[in-house]
Amino acid sequence: MTGPLLQIEDLTVHFHTEEGIVEAVDGIQLLVQSGEVMGVVGESGSGKSVTALAILRLIREPGRIIQGTIQFAGRNLLGLSEEEMRTLRGSHISMIFQSPRTSLNPVLSVGWQIERLIRLHKKEHTEKARDQAIQMLRQVGIPAPERIYHEFPHQLSGGMCQRIMIAMALVTNPKLLIADEPTTGLDVSIAAQILDLLKEMGQRTGAAILLITHDLGVVAGYCDRVAVMHAGQVVESASVKKLFQNPLHPYTLKLIHSIPRVDVDTVMETIPGTVPGLIHPPPGCRFAGRCQVAREVCRKIKPQVQSINGDHQVACHHIGHW
Amino acid sequence: MGAFVEIIDLNKHFPVKDQSMAFRALIPFGARKAVLRAVDGISFSIQKGETLGLVGESGCGKSTVARCILRLLPPTSGKILFEETDLAGLEEENLRFIRRDLQMIFQDPMASLNPRLSVRQVLAEPLRLHEKLTLKEREERVLEVMDQVGLDRELLNRFPHELSGGQRQRVNIARAITTRPRFIVLDEPTSALDVSLRAKIVLLLEELKSVLSTTYLFISHDLSTVKYLSDRVAVMYLGAIVEIAEAHELFRHPLHPYTKALLSAIPIPDPNVRRDRIILEGEIPSPTDIPEGCRLRGRCPVAKTTCSEEVHLREVASDHWVACHISGT
Repeated sequence: MTGPLLQIEDLTVHFHTEEGIVEAVDGIQLLVQSGEVMGVVGESGSGKSVTALAILRLIREPGRIIQGTIQFAGRNLLGLSEEEMRTLRGSHISMIFQSPRTSLNPVLSVGWQIERLIRLHKKEHTEKARDQAIQMLRQVGIPAPERIYHEFPHQLSGGMCQRIMIAMALVTNPKLLIADEPTTGLDVSIAAQILDLLKEMGQRTGAAILLITHDLGVVAGYCDRVAVMHAGQVVESASVKKLFQNPLHPYTLKLIHSIPRVDVDTVMETIPGTVPGLIHPPPGCRFAGRCQVAREVCRKIKPQVQSINGDHQVACHHIGHW
Repeated sequence: MGAFVEIIDLNKHFPVKDQSMAFRALIPFGARKAVLRAVDGISFSIQKGETLGLVGESGCGKSTVARCILRLLPPTSGKILFEETDLAGLEEENLRFIRRDLQMIFQDPMASLNPRLSVRQVLAEPLRLHEKLTLKEREERVLEVMDQVGLDRELLNRFPHELSGGQRQRVNIARAITTRPRFIVLDEPTSALDVSLRAKIVLLLEELKSVLSTTYLFISHDLSTVKYLSDRVAVMYLGAIVEIAEAHELFRHPLHPYTKALLSAIPIPDPNVRRDRIILEGEIPSPTDIPEGCRLRGRCPVAKTTCSEEVHLREVASDHWVACHISGT
């Protein structure tokens, strides 16, 4: 197969609420190549999770995908029937969520939850299904998998539950795994273990990972490329190395400088203002109200995405001028 | 002169009932009645004007320490000296007078505000309880603290649900400083906040400390923020302090294997920095079943047979204390 695994063009998602139309995702582009770890980083309300749900077509009322295309392995997901979509979810595209314990079924043993998927997606109905489930538990680092197979989510720690989620997501050999803040709420050392496991499992199964996070540290440590989102728009995307070495968008730069570091001493800066409201958002650049180099043009005209040096995209009127 | 705040051999144990379904899974066979040792004999001191960072993972007992210090929980044993007054032995009635000097800022800005009180009422409440002020003086003080924490005066009559997350946390901070306390315990004040908001609140806390010349105990699992705000840092694991040192010293030369592992797990926002990860085997044991000797023994990559012997904090370098048989010798 040639071309990218996932190619999102001009995706726009609106939520029709009583207060007005919330323009949650506004004409974004996003590219994921096979086998890579693509990071999506941004503050809450930047549209990261909505983008993830749109890929799986899980946007519920009052939300609506207004326009755009989502090409996955050569097919436009927005053109598929609900039936076709259902066979795709879980088998070709899997997702893991923020709170593993609430995403697991509380009344089924964790092993059976994995085995059910094998029976459903791989049409494997013999004892082999159970062997595969136990094998999967072992692969995600569960100690004594034969015993843990029979345990229920409430008997396991948060880190263990997230391992189970990863096992469930990968047991069907998907081509794309969407991980939406998979380590929020976990302790640092457990979070590091989970991210290590995700990356390792991605490499082992060949699945590409779309890793949604608010932590630039996670991006630097685990991703190959990254897209920075602000107020429903992708403001910059590049390889992780390029983004940190040469951030082109003022928001990216601010974001990098707003986090304290444990390894070196830095002066912490803040990003002025807050993410603008997405009901009637500002017509020009949505960052203009918070940007120190914003000019008249920024407030009036929406900046187009430009490519700099090939694979470095940025949407700012001021490239090279600030 | 003694320390400003001194904690001596503080213990907080919770009895675990055997009917409790929630804990049954945690209790090993044969020990159906158990004691959960949330805080297990810790001692430290804080100098006047200092910020002490207290870090550790969930369940290590750091919030229990905070609650014991302010007597929101009665400690099982130990001394809590605040300017040489032992809070642990103080009667409720006398405690009230001293609480004006001791305040706390909590993690969840929404849950720690009464939803039925307006910003004005929230901020005036401590003044009403602790200080004899006229209505006018009280109003002035409320406006003064709102300015200090950067809250718009227009928000005076708003209710918590009408505020943004950042504004709510500012109200929490304002409430804590209305009585001009001399000691503030901050329990994960930035954990529920977004990156850009976190930076703002951290800088506000830093500024307020010098304006009010107060003393902080800053509790968090976010080590980068702790490093930024603290003068000294104590690391807790399973109810005990395993290492305590000046902040830069601790981050540059961590000695305890637990501290090293914890530091190595923090993602660094720079793709060119590659570090060796130190991985601790398994998960934290239950505080109802703390291992004998060194509590990290079962998970520690450098453990030896001597680690089954009891271990205490000892000074290995100037003002750098560590509780480990192996490291620092």
